Amino acid sequence: MDKEFTTVSIPTSLYKRIEEAIKGTEFASASSYIVKVLRESLSKDQRSEDVFTKEEEEKVKEKLKALGYID
Amino acid sequence: MIRPHGGKLIERCLTPDQKKAALEESKGWPKIPLSAESVSDVENIAWGVYSPLEGFLGEKEFRNVLNHSRLTNDLPWTVPIVLDAGTEEAKAFVPGRNILLTDEGGRPLAVFHLEEKFGYDKETMAAKVFGTTDPKHPGVAKVMAMKDVLLAGPIDLIEAPATDYARYYLTPKETRVLFKEKGWRTVVGFQTRNTPHVGHEYVQKAALTFTDGLFINPVIGRKKKGDYKDEVILAAYDELIKHYYLKDRAVMAILKMEMRYAGPKEAIHHAILRKNFGCSHIIIGRDHAGVGSYYSPYAAQDIFEEFPDLGIVPLFFRSFYYCKKCCSVVNEKICPHPAGDQIQFSGTQIRDMLLRGEIPSVEMMRPEVAKVIMGFERPFNE
Repeated sequence: MDKEFTTVSIPTSLYKRIEEAIKGTEFASASSYIVKVLRESLSKDQRSEDVFTKEEEEKVKEKLKALGYID
Repeated sequence: MIRPHGGKLIERCLTPDQKKAALEESKGWPKIPLSAESVSDVENIAWGVYSPLEGFLGEKEFRNVLNHSRLTNDLPWTVPIVLDAGTEEAKAFVPGRNILLTDEGGRPLAVFHLEEKFGYDKETMAAKVFGTTDPKHPGVAKVMAMKDVLLAGPIDLIEAPATDYARYYLTPKETRVLFKEKGWRTVVGFQTRNTPHVGHEYVQKAALTFTDGLFINPVIGRKKKGDYKDEVILAAYDELIKHYYLKDRAVMAILKMEMRYAGPKEAIHHAILRKNFGCSHIIIGRDHAGVGSYYSPYAAQDIFEEFPDLGIVPLFFRSFYYCKKCCSVVNEKICPHPAGDQIQFSGTQIRDMLLRGEIPSVEMMRPEVAKVIMGFERPFNE
């Protein structure tokens, strides 16, 4: 990421809204605000099914039973 | 279940056939005996605790972590996982050729596919990770004592070393199956290096009110002088869970890792690791992973603002105390009574009482827990 930045186009009107919105906040620039919002948005869907095989799962369950974690 | 950090749970363990072949081939390889802490790092990489890392950080990743607290693919990562070597010894290591990593006793541990070696500035590393270069800070002291070259590349585990705490050792794959079996969709992780007092229990139960399960995850490994010994922490928690938790709502497993005392940066690191174990939430208390007065009390909570894409929800707790008027555990946001009515959960005070053979009051520590701790002749690291 060092020195690796790129330019993205957004409507000027939106840019102005962002500049207005970040006045007096911790954001030093519209760019830093946009980076935070995009990262937040990209990470929203964090749920997924684990992709263990049935065999792997059964083996793990045996260990968990042996250790007393499950009955 | 929550996705592992980076989307995929890393597993870098050789099959029995691959192990046999690696052991045969490794006879001609150079060897590096690792400290107990680096052995734990290798295990954590191999079992996916450090997902998405597949080995020790290369120079570009290392500098990115120091400068941006992120990997080069933009994923949050705050504590560099590195392997150091002396300048002279590093001359024998050639990028592109394998190295056999062993434990301190010389037992084969992992194949290290060396990709690069590079120099680094220790003061810069300390300043970026710990926010200080004060040699009295235990993390800084460790960095300043590191050797001058960093070795980078993926590893493949040959054989995990035996642990004294096998009964409590679960990999992220295993905890994920465990949480699924328990029917937990949301799980809150609790990081600890202490025996539990009533304040800890209150925080855990408050968090558990809003989640399906509680994952108590003590850090086992090198700690400071005066910290509780690992076996004491485990025995104390076993007793607490036995008497005060529903069996289907709380589990405990260890995390083999050294404490770095990096405060805010380590809080993010701890959150990432618990996400890999399958936790959807993590408890972050006052001065999480701090030491002395190097970090402001809530710096480890404030830093989460910088990582909206972490993928695990931090639950922030302030300092709690027992209020004699409220007859319950409270904090300054919910209790109007003066300091004279408060009983603070002071770890130092509890420790001193236990050392004198006194059982702390029931408002401070469960008697069953206190008795277990007092059952140890020397409960603290010396």
